[in-house]
Amino acid sequence: MNALASRRAIRPGTVTVYFLLVVAAALYLVPIYLQVATSFKSFQEVKLATMWRFPSTFSLASFVKAWVGSAAQGMNGLAPNFMNSVYITVPATLISAMLGSLNGYVLAKWRFRGANVLFPLLLFGMFIPYQSILIPLVQVLEKIGLYGTRGGLIFVHVVYGIPITTLIFRNYYAAIPDELVEASKMDGAGILSIYANILFPLSIPGFVVVMIWQFTSIWNDFLFGLIVTSTPDLQPITVALNNLAGSYFVEWNVQMAGALLAALPTLLIYVFLSRYFMRGLLAGSVKG
Amino acid sequence: MKAVARDRAISVALVAPSLILIAVFVYGFIGFTGFSSLTKWDSLEPNFKFVGLHNYQRLFSIVPTDRFLCDLRNMVTFTVLFLAGSIVLGFALAILLDRQVKGEGIFRNIFLFPMAISYVVTGVLWRWILGPGSTQSGGALGINLLFDKLGLGFLKWGWFTDPTSVYIHPDSHFGVFLSHIGLGGLATPYVGISLAMISVAIAATWQMSGYTMAMYLAALRGIPTEMREAARVDGASEMQVYMRVIVPMIRPITLSALIVLGHISLKIFDLVVSMTGPGPAFATDVPALYMWETTFRGNNFAQGAAIAVLLLLLVAVLIIPYLVSSTRSEVRR
Repeated sequence: MNALASRRAIRPGTVTVYFLLVVAAALYLVPIYLQVATSFKSFQEVKLATMWRFPSTFSLASFVKAWVGSAAQGMNGLAPNFMNSVYITVPATLISAMLGSLNGYVLAKWRFRGANVLFPLLLFGMFIPYQSILIPLVQVLEKIGLYGTRGGLIFVHVVYGIPITTLIFRNYYAAIPDELVEASKMDGAGILSIYANILFPLSIPGFVVVMIWQFTSIWNDFLFGLIVTSTPDLQPITVALNNLAGSYFVEWNVQMAGALLAALPTLLIYVFLSRYFMRGLLAGSVKG
Repeated sequence: MKAVARDRAISVALVAPSLILIAVFVYGFIGFTGFSSLTKWDSLEPNFKFVGLHNYQRLFSIVPTDRFLCDLRNMVTFTVLFLAGSIVLGFALAILLDRQVKGEGIFRNIFLFPMAISYVVTGVLWRWILGPGSTQSGGALGINLLFDKLGLGFLKWGWFTDPTSVYIHPDSHFGVFLSHIGLGGLATPYVGISLAMISVAIAATWQMSGYTMAMYLAALRGIPTEMREAARVDGASEMQVYMRVIVPMIRPITLSALIVLGHISLKIFDLVVSMTGPGPAFATDVPALYMWETTFRGNNFAQGAAIAVLLLLLVAVLIIPYLVSSTRSEVRR
């Protein structure tokens, strides 16, 4: 095997493989290069004619302006929206992970009659275009006093997160041997104590995958943020960024810095936990 | 025995809230949207006067606006380009990474990280990269600027601001021929390619091709080395190993990637809103965007509901067979 590998290493094809990979990687990084380079440029340096050039001095002015805004221009900073996203994403992620874990537990280990029919019906909920539920959603949220509130957005993300979190946990628990559950049943343990003492302690990797998945999709959500909030001060960061980028008087370096701020939390998660991110990604395709 | 019955009851109580929420917020709401699409609800005040399929007929006619027909054309253009791009690029990257390269993890992460960021961020970035620039912006920008610098100025074009739709003109020779053989319906601006959608597809492919790469790479790793070695021993060239052994084995992956990406492309909204909006002559408009504008900007709820129902039907046609077959194979297993 070693001989084989080393023989392979000196094949001219190997040079081509590395060459193609490096070129592809460079192309994939172009948008990020442009974003980072522009965000760190000083205001004097951000002419569009030199947009591809590397910054000659490093300045944080664009970030500051994107974060706090500019009273003179009547431009709101992204800071309150960033915090909104935190206040929405963190509880929604925790609640939907917990809910998914319980659902997945019951569906994997306490299969009841009709579960085979209910499960695909549940899963369909994660594929629907949300346009098909937005009209009644707004009406109902208004009726129950959740429209235009952070609580409303948390609620919406929890509800529409049920299918994916249930799916990931069900597949996760299905891989845990039934014998473990059966043995404790013999010992007289009930459904809740089996969950608390046996399944839950084994669930940490499952929770990490689900929470990364939910955090990323809730943080990155745009549609619900747009529809459920009405005032700028309650909008999540994606909606605020879109408004910022859509107003013609906001300098483009500020837009780029704002985009970097909006991307930062999920990028950091991705950098440090990419292994779990991959797992969530593959689990999202039903069979897991 | 009593304990078993109690556990059964608790198990139902645990899942009941979720099932009820999904029943109401997914199926109940879809029902309400379907009902609304058959009514005359065209202002803030609900008006449930039954109008039959009127709202649907309006979508498919050219008056008062041909916007939905443009949307369908754009959706098809986008879907074809985006799926082809993601599948081909994802597969190519997976093959390269599968060749025991050093630094595989770094490369893999570079191709995959765009998936972690929001479509809105992607839209903002690519709007500046593919923005053609104008006299207001002081000349070319983005890629067009690079073309200028590299002496390739002739490649400059309007990217997502180009309203051109490539189609068979009904008065052209081929158009006349088509109408002779009863296919005149194909020679219209709505059966064509919206060039502006190419830009949106590039941005979406940048974001999502890492997904297909990850799926293909996982599949390639699952193919036993012995199978490839056996083919090589039989005298198969490297190309033949891929075509005869690997491509057939990853066909199911291709199918599920097509379905997952396909339903994303039908629903595409965030990226279009943040990158281009409806565009000139609806060159980059999509059904999801039309639905949002007509419902929540124009207060024409019934019209928006009709678009939503059509969008749902398109997604359902794609997803339901996939769900049925994958849950069924699980039961068998």
